[in-house]
Formats: sequence, structure tokens, C-alpha cells
Amino acid sequence: MNTILFNSIWVLPLLTVLACVLIPATYAKAIRTIHVTSATIVLAIVCYLTYVVYALSGTPADPAAAPLALRFFTDIPWLSMFNANYIVGADGLNMLLLALTAFIVWAGVLVSLNIKGNQKIFFALIQLLATSVYGVYMSFDLVLFFVFYEMEALCMYLMIACYGSGKRDYGGKKLTLTLAFGSSMILATLFGLYFESGATSWNLIEISKTTLPMDFQMWAFPLMFMGFAVSSSLFPFHFWSPDGHSAAPTAVSMLAAGVMMKMGAYGCLRVAMFLMPDAAKIWLPYVVALLIFNVVLGPFIAIRHKDLKYITAYSSISHLGLIFLGLAAMTPIGLRGASLQMISHGFLTGLFFATIGMIYERTHTRDITEMGGIMRKMPFLGVGFVLAGFAGLGLPGFSGFIAESTIFIGAFQQDSTLTRIVTILAILSITTTAVYILQTANRMLHGPLPQKYESLTDGCFREKLVIVVLVACLLFIGVCPGWISELLDQSIAPIFEKISSAGLQ
Amino acid sequence: MIDDITLGYLILLFPLITFVVNGLFLGNKCAKAAAIFAVICNGLAFAAAGTLAFHYFSSDFAPQKAILFDHTFIPFIGDLVARIGMLVDPLSVMMLVVVTFISFMVNIYSIGYMREDRAAGRFFALLSLFSFSMLGLVVATNLFQMFIFWELVGVSSYLLIGFWYHKPSAVSASKQAFILTRFADSFFLLGIVLVSYVVGNFDFSTLNSLSLIDFQKQFINLGLVTIPKSEALVLGSILIFTGGWGKSAMFPMHIWLPNAMEGPTPVSSIIHSATMVVAGVYLVARLFPFFAICDNALTLIMWVGAFTMVFAAVIACTQKDIKRILAYSTLSQLGYMMFALGACKIGQVVAVTGWTASTFHIFTHAFFKCSLFLIAGSLIHQVGTNDLDAMGGLGKKMKLTYACTLISILAISGIPPFSGFFSKDEIILAAFQGQHYVVFGLALFTSGLTTFYMFRLFFLAFHGAPRHEGVKAGHVHEDFAMTLPIAILAIPALASGFAAQPIFEKFFVPGQMNIPQLVRLDHAEWLPFVAVGIAVVALVIAWVLYASPWAKVGRALDETNRSGIYKVIYHKFYFDEMYYAVVRQFIFGGIARVARAFNDYVIEGLLAFTVWFVHKLGDLVRFAQAGYLPFYLGTLIVGVLLWRFFGQLPL
Repeated sequence: MNTILFNSIWVLPLLTVLACVLIPATYAKAIRTIHVTSATIVLAIVCYLTYVVYALSGTPADPAAAPLALRFFTDIPWLSMFNANYIVGADGLNMLLLALTAFIVWAGVLVSLNIKGNQKIFFALIQLLATSVYGVYMSFDLVLFFVFYEMEALCMYLMIACYGSGKRDYGGKKLTLTLAFGSSMILATLFGLYFESGATSWNLIEISKTTLPMDFQMWAFPLMFMGFAVSSSLFPFHFWSPDGHSAAPTAVSMLAAGVMMKMGAYGCLRVAMFLMPDAAKIWLPYVVALLIFNVVLGPFIAIRHKDLKYITAYSSISHLGLIFLGLAAMTPIGLRGASLQMISHGFLTGLFFATIGMIYERTHTRDITEMGGIMRKMPFLGVGFVLAGFAGLGLPGFSGFIAESTIFIGAFQQDSTLTRIVTILAILSITTTAVYILQTANRMLHGPLPQKYESLTDGCFREKLVIVVLVACLLFIGVCPGWISELLDQSIAPIFEKISSAGLQ
Repeated sequence: MIDDITLGYLILLFPLITFVVNGLFLGNKCAKAAAIFAVICNGLAFAAAGTLAFHYFSSDFAPQKAILFDHTFIPFIGDLVARIGMLVDPLSVMMLVVVTFISFMVNIYSIGYMREDRAAGRFFALLSLFSFSMLGLVVATNLFQMFIFWELVGVSSYLLIGFWYHKPSAVSASKQAFILTRFADSFFLLGIVLVSYVVGNFDFSTLNSLSLIDFQKQFINLGLVTIPKSEALVLGSILIFTGGWGKSAMFPMHIWLPNAMEGPTPVSSIIHSATMVVAGVYLVARLFPFFAICDNALTLIMWVGAFTMVFAAVIACTQKDIKRILAYSTLSQLGYMMFALGACKIGQVVAVTGWTASTFHIFTHAFFKCSLFLIAGSLIHQVGTNDLDAMGGLGKKMKLTYACTLISILAISGIPPFSGFFSKDEIILAAFQGQHYVVFGLALFTSGLTTFYMFRLFFLAFHGAPRHEGVKAGHVHEDFAMTLPIAILAIPALASGFAAQPIFEKFFVPGQMNIPQLVRLDHAEWLPFVAVGIAVVALVIAWVLYASPWAKVGRALDETNRSGIYKVIYHKFYFDEMYYAVVRQFIFGGIARVARAFNDYVIEGLLAFTVWFVHKLGDLVRFAQAGYLPFYLGTLIVGVLLWRFFGQLPL
């Protein structure tokens, strides 16, 4: 039963789209209702399944998926001519990422209920995007994984180009082409993986049991790692994200920064590092050098920007840099911190972009120098933004602090010189993060209120609900991080096992 | 009877519940209910803390440590587990009482002070968050918990200082306070990460019983250098102290504290006496045995404290804003506390006098400083400005306030039998016994300055002819809700010195240490006479200058027609301006601009070049595909010929 529910996570959004095809676009209200209901149902399913995974933790998982502790494991033949199968399953990490996605999709649908343009197509695209992201976080077959991974960038392009604002054509193209560039690197290495491993299928678990030749790993790992890192905006491939986010409509920004950018980091961990641990051990200590830009310079760039979405984009770049710091440390704590940061940053940036979108809908500008005193007119949205900011600067009580401190402690366990330097710099740069967040909040929310904003209204019930739910998630992880770390530790253990035993034979 | 564990939970829960209830439910609608709820809950928290203190100090168990509860927050690796617990020892129990008492008083006072503010509900919520964070910090059992609440203290102070967010000055002051302390905290966090890595534990009990000898043989790679772990611990101790350095606003990170005056006065009162700034001193006191084994850490602490003490006292002598005078006096008093901790080290041994004196001074200082700020608030409420220009002659109208001010000022000046005398005397004694004669001289000098500037404030505000129209016309009254806490606080300001001294001398020792210690040194009998003598001389000078029949008050309040040195001091040695210059030019105009330029020109430039390159490649191919028939034919012929002569085409 649970396995059927699990598979329905990605099928339901697709079915919703198909159902809505029959309804004419003029019945926008009915379409909206269907989409909200579908997103809510998926959210409920995912929450229930996360609870199931948590409750089951410690009990033996599906033996077919060993060494990974996967639940709801499904293995059905699919494209038999390529030996590609439909293989899905989830352990703690996948399940939490799915939960994150479900929350963000639900929030994204709710915030864009009165988007301008053809709503039927917009919501269909959101659901397709959701399908692809769910698919990425569920699939354990490399072909299936890659199909979902690709589908996502295309939906993103259509939504930015058709429903975006500002330089939407440029932003959308920049985003999609850069992501496609990353995908091409991934695709090349995926073929290599399949042939070099000599596996009989594209099953990730099966490939992980083979030993890949070292000379292959040495070129394939950096290619694949950077390919995934493109979508997590690792320097020097971060340039798509500020332009892409600023051009995208609110829901797309939320999804892009909240869940899509995590797909890259997830791929780095689940595919690149898991399958090629020997090369990872050699390459990753050098990858750390790239993080100096993400973690240390990113916040400084955010200080100089005036556009809310650019500020948030650079803040995402710096927070995602921390994920890579945790990954590159290759210690259990570092990996757990990286996974925590994926989830925490998803909620945090979702909240950020949601409030920014709501404020933008009212002020029609995202330039913080033109705003001021908005807190008086929109206390609820203002408080939501400030809370997102506090979570972003790593205030204890919110999930950001847990994730960041775990990463710092974990990264410090790694004894390599470069990692130490970058870790120290990363710890010291928490001040810079505080600077841009407070500067933004102060300029926008505090101070005297300009005349033109006298008539602004606070959030409506729907918007308040989104803010409350996202804040509650941030607080829940931040106040009781024990259960989530336990869940993540179980999923990270096999990956770490593989990395720590690498290079010994 | 309620057992101690429940009491422990209650102490923390009452302020937390107040925050949640007021913040979510009462805040917006009924400010009055929020105020009453806050006062009741904080009163109950104080009652719980008082009961706990009574249980603790009256039991035979007293100077030992106990952990009332301890929950795993997040496990890391091995023994490296972050816990949320409640540590009970003389120091934390004393702080619990002080924090809950001060917060109770400030809440009562705020009923009067915030009566006309429409956001009073939010104010009471944040005030309780503030005391909750401080209480959590005080009872911390480990560094991680300390850091969690340390940051919460920081953020609640940010929210409270910027409470009137429509005032640009308040907003920028709050930002400055948060960012400066955050800057210090980043080093604190680095220190925690470093020390916990070396030691493998966050617990204070482990850190305080370390011995550096165990770590001399192992080495640690810090990126640019590889040093023995023992030295890494010394570095870590200094980094941890940096957190306290910023939080306690020691020179040169002091500038946020005087600017934090922009917040509502009850906030200043609670920041200066109990919640925020003493956290730094508390951190050093809590980890004292750890700092004591780390060679130079205590010496650094002593000099930082001593310098701040003199520096701030000198500035306080020239200021006109009464809250600013009090703020600089807090800085100076924090300097006393800090240097007393540092002065404990005598060569390779440690004398605990300074530690006892410092904690004692935290205790007495809280009462008289809180009271002084509340008084300042009530004066400001009457005349509508912070400036001494507009005061004068208030003593006749506000008799009770006048008396309470006198008590607090005598206490801070160190005149017996008021509370400050006992603690300050012990601090100066600690410097003398530690053979730090320069610091000892500075401390005596500063104690004279303290008396001088406090009486300057006192005479200029309460004596002489009224300089404010409202006061002249008699529109001055004492608000009951505001005067009650002032009157209550006068009692401990007067009596907490001699009443609590036996308790401090009996119970307050910094715990087991791994280095030889001199438990008690001889008391220098002549010292109190010298200190009091200096204070009396300073008092007389202040009287001659500002209150005697031949004083020139107009001249005293004129800062324009002055010598160069006076102007430099009046402008606080231009530190604010230097700070802004550094931030604007170096951080915003320098690093940030370069970073953005690097991104916008170098990275985007490379991207543009790549795009251009791809386009050019496309152009080349496009030329070949233009549908121009002779070109196709030509290439066909050339190709066939080339194939014929260089390839294997059989023609």
C-alpha cells in the first residue's frame, strides 16, 4: 500500500495535468481548485510517508537495495532494449527532499493563484516541474534519473520565458542553456559509467557494487561532479542563477532555488561521489578552492545589489556553497550537514522568494532603495521576510543554524590544508551574511514610509498560510534537529562507508 | 513543595511562554493584557529563581555543581554532542536571580514607560524573549548551548534596540549592534569549532579540567600553519574570548553600546545591567579555569578590560546625553569586571580574589545600573529629551527619584556602605595582589573619574535652576509604575554589598583548576581608605564645578568653546567616524565592490566571450550553408579532387 502511495507521488501531478487538459482555460477557478487539491494531497502523502520512513528507521530495509536502506523499493522493467528499468525507492535523505519539494510545490501553487496569463498552462507546467523533481529524488535508475533531470530544465524555461518579468527571455535562456551544458557533461559520464562498469543495467545500486577503473574515474568524476554542480550554482557556473531567478515568476523562483538547485548537490552526493569514491577522494580537496567564491565572495556581492531577487540569489549561491563544503569535507558530519543544508535552505529560500513575490505584487518594484517603512503597512509579510532573513543568517532556533554549524564542525574534521582554510573563512563570513540581510530588511521594512505606499495591504489568508507553514517547518527542524539527523545519518552511512573504504584496494 | 528540577524548567518556561503568548496572541490587540501577563510571568520566574537560590545556598551541597536536566539536542561524533541542559552552581544561580529580578523590575517599569506606545504588546513579547535567551545562556552546560542562546540574546537585542523602527537612528543603531556582535561571534564560533575539535567535547566540565600538557605532542593543521594542539587551544581560548569581547563591548568593539541608546529606555536598562553586556564577562567567568591554563589569554583579558575601563570613563566625563553618560559608565564598569578576571594570574599561579570580585561586581552593578537607567528614563519622560541642557532643578520635584539616584550614584562611586564599594574594593585589591601595579593605578584613577562623572550628571540634572520650560512651570510628577521599581531597586543598590558579601566569600570560587592556586591573599587594610579618599576628592571637585555657589553651569554644558583635547574626548575620540569610514570605504566600497566587479566583468565577461566564440563558429558554418550553389559545387569538386590525390578514391 505504502509503495503504491509512494509511486503516486510523481504520478499524481501528471494525472492532474491530464485531467485539466479537458477543462477549457476559461474555467480558471476550477483548474486552480484542482491543482491546489492535488498539491495538498501529494503533500499529505509525502508527509505520511516521511513519518513511515522515520517510524521504520532501524528495521531492515529492502534487501534488493542493499547496501542502501531504501523503502518502497520498486523495480519494474521499462525500456528493455537499453536495459533501463523503472527503479524507485527512498531512504531518509530522499524522503526529506521529497517532503521539501512537496511543501515548496504546495506553497508555490498557493502563491501564484492570481498569476497573470494563461493559468491553465502555468499550473500544468508547475505540476510537470513537480513531477520531474519528485522523479529525480525517487529514481535509482540512471536513465530514469536523467530523464526526470532533463525534463525539469525545459519546464523551467517555458515558465520563465512565458510568465516571467524583466529580462525574462535572457534569464530563461541563460538558465536553460547553462543547465543543458551541465546535463551534457552528466550524460557523457553516464554512458561511460554504464560501459566501464560492465553492469547489466543502469541500476545505480548495481553499478555501485562494481569497481570502476581508476583512469576512467579520474576524468569522469570531475566532469560529472561539475555537471551536477552547475545546477547548484557552484563557482564558476553560478552566473545563471541571479538572472534566472530575477526573471522568473515567484513560484518558479521558489522551486528553482528551493528544490531544483538541491538536485545538483543531491546528484553530486548520490551519483558522483557514491559511484566514484576513489576519484572523489582525490578531486574534492581541490574543489574546495572554488568555494571561496561561493561562500566568501557571494555575500559581499549580495551587499552591493539593490534588487531583492538578486540579493536572494547571491545569498542562495553562498548557502549552496556551504552544501559543497560539507560534501567536500567527506566526513560523516560534513555529509550530514550538507544534506541538512539542502533541506533547510529549501524551506528558507522558498520563504524568501515567497515573501519577496508577495511584496513585489504590491509595490511593483524589487529595488530596495525605493522602498521603506513597509513593515507598518504589511506587518505580516514583513515579519515573514525578517524570519526568513534570520533563518538565512543562521539564527539558532531555525534550521539554518543547525545545518551551518553541522557543516562547520564536519568540515573542520577534514584535515586537508585547503579545506581548513576554506572552513575558517566560511565561519568568519557569517558576519557578511548578517550585513546584507539586515541591510535589506532595514531598507525595505524600516524607516519612513513613502507616500505612494500608503494604500498597501497586508497578506491575505492564503499568503499568511504559506508563510506560517514554511516558518513552522524552519522552526521545527531548528528546534528538534535530533530526529532529522538520525534519519539522515542512516542514509549517509552507506555513502560514507563507500568513500572511507575507497582507495584502499 | 516544588522540586528543584521543576523549578529549573519553570524559570526558563515563564519568559518563553510570555514571549509566545504575547507575540502571537495578545500583542496586537490588547497591549494592557500583554503587559500584565508579562509582569506576572516574570514575577513568577523571579519567585522560582529565588526559591531555587534559597534551596541551593541553604543546602550543604552549595558550592558544588549540579545539572538539573540535560537533553540531547543534536549529536555529532563520539562525545561531541550538543546538549541543552541546566547547570546549577553558585555563579549560575546568582545570575538567575539577577536576570529574573531585573527583568521583573523592568517589566513593571515598562507598564508606565510604554503606556502610550501602540506596539507595547510586541515590546513585552520581545522583552521576555530577551530574558529567556539570557537565562538559557546562564544555565548553559556546554559551549554549543551557550552559543545558541548567545545568538538569541544578540537577535533580541537587535529587535529591541530597533523597536521604534520608523526612527532611522534606531534602525541603524540596532543594525550596528547586531553586526558588530555578530562579527565577534564569528570568531567565537570559530573558537568553538576549533576547541571542540581538539578536545572532542563541548562540555564546560571537560574544558575546565583540561591540562595543556596532554596536547603538546599532537599537531593540528590550521591551513597556513601547523601548530601543537596546546597552542591551538590557546588560540581557541582567545577566539572564544573575542565573542565576549564584542558582546561586552570592550574597546575597540565598544561603539555599538552607546549607540544602542536609541532603543526604549527599559531596553537600555536591561541590556546594561543583566542581559546582554554581562554575557561576555559571564563567559570568561564560566570558562575561567580554561582561560587560566591558556598562557596569555588572561593577560589579554586584563589589558582589554583595563583599557576599556579608563577609556570609557574619560569619555563619560564630557558627555551631555544622560543615557550616553550611563552607557560609557557601563563600559567602564564592564572593564572593571573583565580586568578583575584577567588580573587573577600571578606568574604561574592563580589567585581567586579577582574571580570572586568580578562576579560580585556583576551582582551589585546590575542593581544600581538598572536603577540608574530607569531613573534616566523617567527623567527623559518628564523633559522629553536626553540632554542635560534641558534638565537641572529636577530634585525638588521628584523627591523619591532624587533619593534613589543618590543611593545608586553613591553605590557606583564605591562609597561605603553602598553596594558598589564592596565589589569594587575587591577588584582593586585583586589588581594589587596580582602585582599588576599599572592596572591597579588605572583602576584607582578610574574610580575617581567614575565618582566625578556620576556626580556631574547628578548635580547637573537635579540641582541648580531648572532649564526646561515644563519643569519651571511645575509639570513634573512621578509616575507610580515607573517609580516603584526604582524605589525597589534602591534597596539592593544600598544593601546588596554588605548583605551578599559573606555568600560570595563563602561560595564563589571558580571550581577545580589544573594549575596551582593561591586561595586567599592578605587583605591590604589601607586600600579602602585610599579608594574612598579618591572618590571623596572627586566628589568635591564635581560639587565645586557643578553645584557649588560659584559653579558655572552654562560653561559646563558648552562643548563648542573648548580646547582640542576636550573636543576629541567629547566626540568619543572620533571612533564612530572611523568605524563608518572603514565600513564604507573598505568593506562596501572596497571588498564588496571588487567582488561584484569580479563577478560582473570577469565571470560575465568570460561568459560573453564564450557566447561570442560560439556565435563566430556558427557564422563560419553558416557561410557554408547559405544555399549558394556554386559554393556547393566548388567544394564538391575540390573535395573529390583531394580525395583522389590524397585518399583512396579509385579514379
